[in-house]
Amino acid sequence: MDIIKQSWPWYAAGPLIGLIVPALLLLGNKTFGISSTLRQICAACIPADISFFKYDWKKETWNLFFIAGIVIGGFIAAHLLSNPGPVGINPKTTGALQQQGIKDFTGLLPQDIFSFRGLATLKGFVFIVIGGFLVGFGTRYAGGCTSGHAIMGISSLQWPSLVATCCFMIGGFVMTWLILPYLLQL
Amino acid sequence: MKNLKFLLVGMCFGIILIKSEVISWFRIQEMFRLQSFHMYGIIGSAIVVAMISILLIKRFNIKTIHQEAIIIPDKQFNWGYVYGGLIFGLGWALTGACPGPIFAQIGSGILVTSVTLLSAIAGTWVYGLLREKLPH
Repeated sequence: MDIIKQSWPWYAAGPLIGLIVPALLLLGNKTFGISSTLRQICAACIPADISFFKYDWKKETWNLFFIAGIVIGGFIAAHLLSNPGPVGINPKTTGALQQQGIKDFTGLLPQDIFSFRGLATLKGFVFIVIGGFLVGFGTRYAGGCTSGHAIMGISSLQWPSLVATCCFMIGGFVMTWLILPYLLQL
Repeated sequence: MKNLKFLLVGMCFGIILIKSEVISWFRIQEMFRLQSFHMYGIIGSAIVVAMISILLIKRFNIKTIHQEAIIIPDKQFNWGYVYGGLIFGLGWALTGACPGPIFAQIGSGILVTSVTLLSAIAGTWVYGLLREKLPH
């Protein structure tokens, strides 16, 4: 039980995530990918006569069950299997972020920014609302996210997914190194 | 309830995401600052295991539990993969989350990320609205 309660090393978590791919294929010919669920939600709730959202979304309800499972899994892990300590990140990262104004390192996300109190500030708005928008817009424009392209796409040897994954990383590096230092000063 | 099994797989995925700290903003920062192997190890080993699984499925013609042939549709390249990929990357480093982890964050009780989710849904919707005008 103690092993489960500690945070899991990459060599345990990575292969387990990899096994989700054959599990979905074997259970029903489903390809792994999460961002398509955002399109599903749009099609189901706010189609607004946009052709991109006019398709038979009910045929793909399996992925809504999948994301409901992720929410439940998140709850179980956080409440029953939790590790109360802070995330054990590299002290260099902590130091650099401290210099840039992050104070709270106790949770999974910096609570100076990611809290309802933070949301009322310009900084919180940029990180949460603009950030979320970029995630939703970008993944759909790119036809997938880390699960659909980086894991499912590359593992099934699709070169366009490798291109998309490289662009995910480039975007992340640009944000972290060139833009984030300014946004953290907001 | 033929979809219930996907709920169970999702639960496993959610637990792994939390326990491996993949959903942590700090971990994503560490990755983009090249100060830890953790995230690269997770994504890399997940790809390797998935790749071996798919090769085995193809090699031995393994069928689904309903005896259907397994089909993985090919992705056709378009420039949206580049433009969209870059945009997603910016959002990934800002929010510290991709779409899967957002759901795990909400489940773990970080409720403010439900705003991130709503915003991501809005982003997807706006993409749908502008799709025909965007370069692909």
